[in-house]
Amino acid sequence: MAHLLLRHRDIPNLDQLDVYVKNGGFEAFKKAVTAMQPDAVTEEVKASGLRGRGGAGFPTGVKWSFIPKNITPHYVVANADESEPGTFKDREIMDFNPYQFLEGLAIASYAVQANLSFVYLRGEFYYLAKKLDACIAEMEKAGYLGDNLFGTGFSLRLRTHLGAGAYICGEETALLESIEGKRGQPRVRPPFPAVVGLYSKPTVINNVETLANLPYIVTNGAAGFRKFGTDKSPGVKIFSLSGNVNKPGNYELPLGATFRELIMGCGGGISDGRKLKGIMPAGASSSIIRVDDTNLDKVLDTTMDYENVQSVGSLLGSASVIIIDDSHSMDWVINKTVHFFKHESCGKCTPCRDGNYWMLHLVERIHEGHASAGDIQLLKTVANQVNGKCLCALGDFSTMAVTSALERFPEDFHVGQA
Amino acid sequence: MAKLINLTINGVAVTVPDGTLVVDAAKKAGIDIPVFCYHPKMEPVGMCRQCLVEIGRPAIDRATGQPALNDDGTPKLQFMPKLETACTNPVSEGMVVLTATEKAKAGQKELLELLLTSHPLDCPICDKGGECPLQNLTVEYGSSQSRFIFDEKQRADKHVHLGELINLDRERCIQCARCIRFQRDVAGDPVLGFYQRGRLTDIVTYSDPGFDSVFSGNTTDICPVGALTTADFRFGARSWELKQSASLCAQCPVGCNVTFNTRREAKSGGVMAIKRVMPRQNEQVNETWICDKGRFAGYHYTEAESRLGLDAASMESALSQAADKLAAAKSDAVFLAGGRLSNEDFYNLKQLAAKLGAKAYLYSPMAGGEYTTAYGLGAGSNLGDLGKDDTVLVVASDLYNEAPVWHLRLKAAAKRGATLIVAAGRATKLDEFASFVVRYAYGDEVETVKGLAGKEKIGDAIKNAANLVVFYGSDGLGLAGTSALAAACADLLNGKTGKVNNGLVGVWNAPNTQGAYELGLAPAADLKSELKGKTVYVIAADPAGDDPALADALKSAKAVIAQDILATATTQMAAVVLPAAAYTEREGTYTTAERRVQRFYLAVPAKAGTRADFAIFAELGKKLGVELEGRSALLVMNKIAAEEKAFAGISYARLAEVTAQWPIVGRGDLYYGGTGYENKLGLGVHLALALTPAPSTSGRGGQMRPKENELVAVPVSKIYDLGVTMAPAKLLGQRIGAAAVGLNPVTAAKLNVENGGKVQVQVNGVTAEAIARFDESISTGVVLIYRSFGIPISEPTSVKIVVAEKA
Repeated sequence: MAHLLLRHRDIPNLDQLDVYVKNGGFEAFKKAVTAMQPDAVTEEVKASGLRGRGGAGFPTGVKWSFIPKNITPHYVVANADESEPGTFKDREIMDFNPYQFLEGLAIASYAVQANLSFVYLRGEFYYLAKKLDACIAEMEKAGYLGDNLFGTGFSLRLRTHLGAGAYICGEETALLESIEGKRGQPRVRPPFPAVVGLYSKPTVINNVETLANLPYIVTNGAAGFRKFGTDKSPGVKIFSLSGNVNKPGNYELPLGATFRELIMGCGGGISDGRKLKGIMPAGASSSIIRVDDTNLDKVLDTTMDYENVQSVGSLLGSASVIIIDDSHSMDWVINKTVHFFKHESCGKCTPCRDGNYWMLHLVERIHEGHASAGDIQLLKTVANQVNGKCLCALGDFSTMAVTSALERFPEDFHVGQA
Repeated sequence: MAKLINLTINGVAVTVPDGTLVVDAAKKAGIDIPVFCYHPKMEPVGMCRQCLVEIGRPAIDRATGQPALNDDGTPKLQFMPKLETACTNPVSEGMVVLTATEKAKAGQKELLELLLTSHPLDCPICDKGGECPLQNLTVEYGSSQSRFIFDEKQRADKHVHLGELINLDRERCIQCARCIRFQRDVAGDPVLGFYQRGRLTDIVTYSDPGFDSVFSGNTTDICPVGALTTADFRFGARSWELKQSASLCAQCPVGCNVTFNTRREAKSGGVMAIKRVMPRQNEQVNETWICDKGRFAGYHYTEAESRLGLDAASMESALSQAADKLAAAKSDAVFLAGGRLSNEDFYNLKQLAAKLGAKAYLYSPMAGGEYTTAYGLGAGSNLGDLGKDDTVLVVASDLYNEAPVWHLRLKAAAKRGATLIVAAGRATKLDEFASFVVRYAYGDEVETVKGLAGKEKIGDAIKNAANLVVFYGSDGLGLAGTSALAAACADLLNGKTGKVNNGLVGVWNAPNTQGAYELGLAPAADLKSELKGKTVYVIAADPAGDDPALADALKSAKAVIAQDILATATTQMAAVVLPAAAYTEREGTYTTAERRVQRFYLAVPAKAGTRADFAIFAELGKKLGVELEGRSALLVMNKIAAEEKAFAGISYARLAEVTAQWPIVGRGDLYYGGTGYENKLGLGVHLALALTPAPSTSGRGGQMRPKENELVAVPVSKIYDLGVTMAPAKLLGQRIGAAAVGLNPVTAAKLNVENGGKVQVQVNGVTAEAIARFDESISTGVVLIYRSFGIPISEPTSVKIVVAEKA
């Protein structure tokens, strides 16, 4: 099947404007601007059932409809921070199929009537920022960006903005702070960005992959999009597969594909012929799915969409599927995740800042074999103490792997020999 | 008036205005919700997460859009699965807040345990110990034991100087950002910030010199832990040893209410000594803030080594000598008194001078009080009430330097929507917050004010203002200039006199200049010629130290009697010296420039061999055959109230009255508003307006302006200078700096003067060295000379600047 998002795998040199245009590029944007009312675009996207690919799975068209028309200007910001460990899908889109993403951003901008939109990239993506800048320049030259596009009154300019490399800046309000030149730290909500966003103006923030879907939806309509995926989770999704599999990488599958198709089919099975022990479907923020002889088939046959992953005790999130085989102890795994969160905690709120620091000491003690019986229980307590009290969702996410590992893999946590 | 919202908090029914935050609603109902990052004077940020509570809101039936009901007909409540922060949630109708359920209490306790994982256990050596929100809230809401292993605490620097005034202990900091937000949002001096992230998050200053703000001390009051402490109180005393004395700051005409913390200590010979200055809440004057001049210079001059004192016999003989000289001089005596005296002092002085038929003058670099007494702020005025539709005009004053708390309050008024117009001969810090900035050439002050009404937008803002407050100062002006300027400003207020939140305010340089004017004193137009051959009685002023020309004039006097708390150039040339008690050592009242009479109380016993000024006058009166009240300041005030119309109805009892203030600050609530003190001893009383008819406002304009190839020096003020009440403040030495002159680079270029270079200033018959500082905002040909830096300057005058010989 031809790819919808990773089209560059089917069409060589798709990152060149002429190639992209030759293959139908910017037809959707032109159609939207010249033949559709902005609200009609929003309605089409609503009807398509497209849900945010950054992790939360919120319906994209609904998000756009929150933008108040009486407060201007509006902004669209593409979240290209992609900082969840295990996620590397947006990078591939921007590197090899950049115009499709930028066209999607342009369509979104038209739908909410934004005349200036931003691409926010993590600091490590400086080479992509350079590439996108070049693409934007090409688009301006070719008349796809600028004033009075396609002879209409609609004008649009795009800008890239590089962060300084912080996980928290993937959180949308921290991202906005960062664009404004402030410390990347989450804001209190409400007000939500749809009303008080970038520079205190109504702002839509969409993930790169979400935006890359838009040209297809505009061209083929909601019905065309709904040919893929499930009723509640329509469309295709790029799954970033990593960990103990033979063929890690990005795989574009319809939502509702099973773990088996991804791991055993695309990924070629578990490496070194080992057994599957755990799956982290949403990167480091995942609750870890326990896989053993009793539930192997159930898990592998679980469909990957926004609803069903819950049935095996986790969430789809950004679909950064990390595979853990039976050579790994879960105390090692959460030592890694807590290390990450302790390092990346922005420090704005107490539970995340101090909780991850504390948890790190506990998991290190456990991992190094110095834990007392109380430490394992205490780790659980501290994780619960943090969860649900943080300023932003990322703080709460930092405890997911810890809580699930302790609960589902108790045999991996040992009291040390004194 | 905002809509009122009904809700219950822990079952208590509460009604508060729409928009009130849950945490404030609870406070108003007397229910404590623990907070660290939240402060009632700042926007909520929800960072510390300490204020977790359960919040239920009436559920809405989706089908009908009506409130959903339980079976018994009561409204169905919807609680969030998570605890919510009381500081970020505004109240809503029918809301049910539960702050003390098992779930909420567990959340608060867990949060505190998390906070304490990063906090050292050094309370016994911490200056905040005993008045520390973290300590108090831990006792109230926390656990007595931590499950965190002490050895795993993160170590951090404990002695970081954010500047020479404020110390940071990085281990104690709980990253609440109150200090950062205060500096950014309240003070408008964003010189603090966070550095690093996560557990490494640090407070840093990015100004040079460090923590360069005149409001820095306030951050130590609102710091909820001992992370920020002041250098002057460092290891000075334990908070529970300290007594509190209500007082006023005497460094400027704002009249900030302060509390002196005192204790008896061996170092002071077993008598009470002042250990620190803390703000005392007066929402109509200084809210809960004071500036660093008040905090760090504050009372220090009253403890200077140069304090005067005489033993009983010498005092008696000095009084007799003074009385003899005055009796001999009679109407040939001239009284010259500075604005540091209290209302009671001025009153007795006036009576004494009247008895002798002598002239009594106010010693002040600024005039115009005859206008501020007639056009001053109406009773009940409060800068904190100014907002939308109101206009504030500031002319010829750099409030940040001259009256910092007004700067802060006008900035807030502008934020609330007031139109702030700043007219000055140079850029000032207030410009940033102004709606309109008017820049004039020095000398054009009066014309500028007269022209404002004719300007399109500014004129409308002045004409259509619901309320209009005009501040005028002495930036670049002397007596004649300020007098004319006051008249021009008063013109703008015609028809608004006596109205609440309307009026003219003089930015004086002393705490009670307004009081002197209210009691009928005024500066002499030509002081030098007034002194020649007279018996001059100088009180609380140092003309000889300020200006060699005045020193010469005093030399030409028949005799000089000097009365002061400190030895000065004037006391040194006096035939008789009368040592006075400092205001910290006695009772009295000051009248602020906003025309509010406020009481200060005795904080420490009077230095041996001194007496209160009003008592000295009474003592002299006795010898000169005039009966003056000298027993207590209270009794003097009773006489003032009986005889001075503006003071009618004022008594010490009334001055000590307090009404409820918001936000609630004070000892039991220091976690909420900070360690500033609540006001238990008086908010003060506004004076009635002078009943004298409006004075003629045909003030003369046309101040001195430099001609081609001519330089004109004008006097300006800097917050930290070498004046008698500043110089003894050792801690501020670095900030005072050297004498400087300001000039436009264009002017400087003609003189070959470099920025930062040394120059010789020849002015008023004196040659002095100074550092040249460029300021592009001032007109060419003008040289700014800072007052009280050793270069005499009282009026605009011609000046010569030459590059100093390079060493």
